[in-house]
Amino acid sequence: MNRVIEIKNLSKIYRLGEIGTGTISRDLERWFKMKVRGQEDPFLKIGEVNTRDKKGKSDIVFSLREINFDVHQGEALGIIGKNGAGKSTLLKIISRVTSPTTGKIKIKGRVASLLEVGTGFHPELTGRENIYLNGAILGMRKKEITRKLDEIVDFSGVERYIDTPVKRYSSGMFVRLAFAVAAHLESEILIVDEVLAVGDAEFQKKCLGKMGEVSKGEGKTVLFVSHNMAAVRKLCDKGVLLKDGQIYSLGCIDDVLNNYIASGDTTRAIYDIKAPINAENLAGFVHRVQVEDIDGKLVNEIPAGKPWQIRVQFKLNIDIKYFIIALGITDSYNVNLRTTWSKEIDLGKGWYEAVFKEEQLLFASGTYHLTLGLSSFERTIQYLENVAAITISDLADSTLDKSIIRTSGTGMILNPMNVEISIINYIK
Amino acid sequence: MKNEKESGWDIIIEGSTSLFDLKFKDIWSYRDLLVMFVKRDFVSFYKQTILGPIWFFVQPLFTTIIYTFVFGRLASLSTDDLPQPVFYLAGITAWNYFADCLTKTSTVFKDNLQIFGKVYFPRIILPLSIVVSNLVRFIVQMLLLLAMMSYYYLNGTIFIITWSLLMIPVLVLMMAILGLGLGLFITAMTTKYRDLAFLVTFGVPLLMYTTTIIFPLASLPAKYKHLVELNPMTGIIEAFRYCLLGKGEFSGWSLGYSAIVTLVVFAIGIIVFNKTEKNFVDSI
Repeated sequence: MNRVIEIKNLSKIYRLGEIGTGTISRDLERWFKMKVRGQEDPFLKIGEVNTRDKKGKSDIVFSLREINFDVHQGEALGIIGKNGAGKSTLLKIISRVTSPTTGKIKIKGRVASLLEVGTGFHPELTGRENIYLNGAILGMRKKEITRKLDEIVDFSGVERYIDTPVKRYSSGMFVRLAFAVAAHLESEILIVDEVLAVGDAEFQKKCLGKMGEVSKGEGKTVLFVSHNMAAVRKLCDKGVLLKDGQIYSLGCIDDVLNNYIASGDTTRAIYDIKAPINAENLAGFVHRVQVEDIDGKLVNEIPAGKPWQIRVQFKLNIDIKYFIIALGITDSYNVNLRTTWSKEIDLGKGWYEAVFKEEQLLFASGTYHLTLGLSSFERTIQYLENVAAITISDLADSTLDKSIIRTSGTGMILNPMNVEISIINYIK
Repeated sequence: MKNEKESGWDIIIEGSTSLFDLKFKDIWSYRDLLVMFVKRDFVSFYKQTILGPIWFFVQPLFTTIIYTFVFGRLASLSTDDLPQPVFYLAGITAWNYFADCLTKTSTVFKDNLQIFGKVYFPRIILPLSIVVSNLVRFIVQMLLLLAMMSYYYLNGTIFIITWSLLMIPVLVLMMAILGLGLGLFITAMTTKYRDLAFLVTFGVPLLMYTTTIIFPLASLPAKYKHLVELNPMTGIIEAFRYCLLGKGEFSGWSLGYSAIVTLVVFAIGIIVFNKTEKNFVDSI
């Protein structure tokens, strides 16, 4: 296949802290060392890996470091990673908003980048005027816009307001119009940052559909950054996982997403829960959560289709009547899948252990978050949201029925329904 | 050899590029955007105003009235035997064009950070659109000047008009390039060092008083003349008035000096701007 983007040794450094005062002398020093004495950029030597939460020694960080990859024509590439991993910086460099410190990118064809919807919209201008202005900012010629005007207006669904200044628009209408312009760009490469987080569900679906159409139907190359893993999985066929400014994983989107889930350190076998500050004054608190297979062995990953259990250790400081412990399971988009609770029981003070066994329900592969609650008489003793997470994996071998497809693409719950097929003769 | 290897690629993104690259091809392909920015400036200028485009005349007209009163009547400064309002309006119209090009370009990075930070187009398009929309404004305001000249002509004033009238587009171009070059330099420097922005706000009005806007060069004593002529705008304004109104003191030397300063300033402006435009999003 045809390479349309080639990225070689791409690095980008940022200087932390205040930029402005006192930099003239440093700028001069840097210039002197580089140009006059022919040395390397002195800042590049002391650069550190870009980790957001740890304090480093120097105030120079690599936002991107030694990035190398190619994109081929017609590919839909998902770029994923935690906040601060360098995703947006990478897109900014490819879109030529900022330039790399070192390295080189070569691109074939026109690039339309959508780092934001509605860039350059002027509130006083009408919708129609803004379509032209925004289209031109995004690199379209006037006659191209005129040719596509009807399509854009139709896609946006704001036809009635098209000759009204956009300052009178609702924010939803604004976004609709803006995305409509961007979606109809005539370019070979489309770059989309997290812009679908706006707009209502119906419109988001429409946008994703349009992007899928663009990449699969029209053969355009799409680079897509999103934290919506479902959207990435659906739209993209290849993925790049960035971690601290470096490529952590590159390849088929499903592998990369699995790597992402695994790399996030989000799931472990043991979660020690930090005791609350006033632990001794509370009626009770959770001490530890463990993820185990059905034999009580600690596991980091649960093979899809195998039963598993959650062991919770907790302490009660006083005697409690009608004690209940509850467990909630949400998926990685925070959708509540189920809540389950123990029978009411009277307990004296002391250390206890509760085991939740999941033997019937088959979850699809993915990361699930656990929420715990201790209560009595429906009064909360302790409520711990997203206190632990479990990974269900379809990679490890499983004794599951072959008729069950184990990826989350088919849904969250894998238990097969009882399907019967029989001949009918009352329709002719 | 290098070119062979690079062929087939449309865009090459690198850390550093040549300093004096005007990217004409790139600008040409975005010419529609330039036109639309100009249109945006106009439409948004008079939307929701009652007088609309008439506002273009109000500022120079009132400034002329005040100058005529203060400098003409109270201070009795010479106007080179020209009717005072015509003398002032000619100076104001020309100076405004230069000053607007300069001040508006000098904040172009800061004002358009929103757009620049999100999408690529040749950055120079925006400063160019400022120069062009001010040019349109300048032409409109010239109509006011012409109207005033016809009024005084009908009342018996004689303006000596020669072929030198054809020089005016050249002078306008010089003002545009000088204002643009200075503005580009300032906007590029202010991305890191904000100090220059303050200089512009009070410096430009002060600069006007060292240019021959409210007095003709001819009225100055010889020892100050050379000092005022150091200002490259002096040569341009004097020539402008000479070409249009037939009065003004200018020589090939002073205009040549202005032209050289203009080109040098423009070259420096472009170099600094080109060097800054790629990364200013990170430092502004």
